[in-house]
Amino acid sequence: MQSVLRVKDVSVYFNNKAVIEKLSFELNKGEVMAVVGPNGAGKTVLFRALLGLVPYDGEIQWLDNAKIGYVPQKLAIERDLPLNVIEFLQFKGASLNEIHESLHSVGLNHHSLGDTRMGQLSGGELQRVLIAYALINHPDILLFDEPTAGVDIGGEETIYSLIEKLHTKIGLTVLLITHDLNIIYRYAAKVLCLNKSKICYGSPREALNPEVLESLYGAKVNIYPHEHKH
Amino acid sequence: MAPRLIFTLMNINIDTNLLLSLIVGVFVGSASAYIGSIMVLKRLALVGDALSHVALPGIGIALTFNLNPFLGAFTALAIAIVIIWQIQTRTGLPTEALVGLLFTVSLAIGILITPEPELLEALFGDISKVVALDAVLAMIFSLVIFTVIYRLRNALVLDLISSDLAKSQRINTAKLNLIFLALVAIVVALGVKVVGTLLMGSLVIIPAVASKNLTRNLRSYGVVSACFGAMSAVGGIILANGLQLPPGPMVVLVSAALFIISLFFRSR
Repeated sequence: MQSVLRVKDVSVYFNNKAVIEKLSFELNKGEVMAVVGPNGAGKTVLFRALLGLVPYDGEIQWLDNAKIGYVPQKLAIERDLPLNVIEFLQFKGASLNEIHESLHSVGLNHHSLGDTRMGQLSGGELQRVLIAYALINHPDILLFDEPTAGVDIGGEETIYSLIEKLHTKIGLTVLLITHDLNIIYRYAAKVLCLNKSKICYGSPREALNPEVLESLYGAKVNIYPHEHKH
Repeated sequence: MAPRLIFTLMNINIDTNLLLSLIVGVFVGSASAYIGSIMVLKRLALVGDALSHVALPGIGIALTFNLNPFLGAFTALAIAIVIIWQIQTRTGLPTEALVGLLFTVSLAIGILITPEPELLEALFGDISKVVALDAVLAMIFSLVIFTVIYRLRNALVLDLISSDLAKSQRINTAKLNLIFLALVAIVVALGVKVVGTLLMGSLVIIPAVASKNLTRNLRSYGVVSACFGAMSAVGGIILANGLQLPPGPMVVLVSAALFIISLFFRSR
């Protein structure tokens, strides 16, 4: 399988303190990989390093000409910010047609939502708009930072089935940060447990054993992996 | 024809001086409101207000050495924005307290070194004293501000929503913010002539917050801000002329009136 991302011995330091230490992993084309770990484990920092937003030691190698879409952690947008959905999507330099198309691909309609202010979208709608934003340039890889933070329970389900749909339909490679172990069992082929350094790596069923989870979260975590119902 | 008729009806003497100050008012009022619309979104409105105080020692020094006060104001502002920018990008410290300190100190120094007769003018502006050169400068710089802000607007708003998203699109946010602050310095240096260093904040803040009450998208927000800015300046100058009052405070009061009206039409 072709690898789209190779991370080798990557360390990130803030004020001479390691936030990520000697991290190595690989992401293959068409794969869904989850990054899991407690708060402050360096998950978001890892994403920022992958995007080249923070300096790091070591090697991060993307496939040549790989196009990366990035969905940041839920944004706090002021309710009365005078910016509507269409205008926001235009920040990517896309034409109206492309914008309508990408809104459609995340299950939103530009007729009903195009004029809505960004700050007045529900959590689920905002997350979809951010995904539409990431999809505009037809990326090969999507980086999701906690796709369902701030989304209600019904909405969570649809966001993940949307990600799953994009994965199977367009063949997107997906790297996502999540706290939800059930999601990992259902959708991810690979999991990377991160707590400053690599705690586990591999297929969820093998990698996520009780000892790993205990060392990751510092307490016993009960897991009930769901069986696939497809 | 029509404006002249209105002026005649309102019993206002239209002379070259008034015409010049109206030209300066329209350009500076709309340009500062336009850039102010972004400053309000970036929560930089009060920084802009405080920044205008830095112009005072610059004006004082320029007057002492018989130089153009605009030049003095701009130089002082340029130094100040480099300092703010350094604080913003290097340290990530909360700028508020430091900015407050820097600017009250410069106001204090400015009051001490500005020659007494010019002090009042520098503090509250006097647009009735504009000359043709001021009008030309105001036009050129206002057009520069409109053009550059119009082109950078998307990047600036994206940066304020998510700096990471902006950077991931290869937007150099540090450079972007430096350019933005430089434009703020230009607009403040221009506006000092109209409303003075003490009231400059109102020229960038009030039309923008009034416009924010009424508009739901970025495009109309910018356009309406600029219109409100121009209306405040023109209305204030004409009223001041008719009532024989100082124009600076009148401009501020007209914009405040627009703000109060906008409250009744607030779109939720």
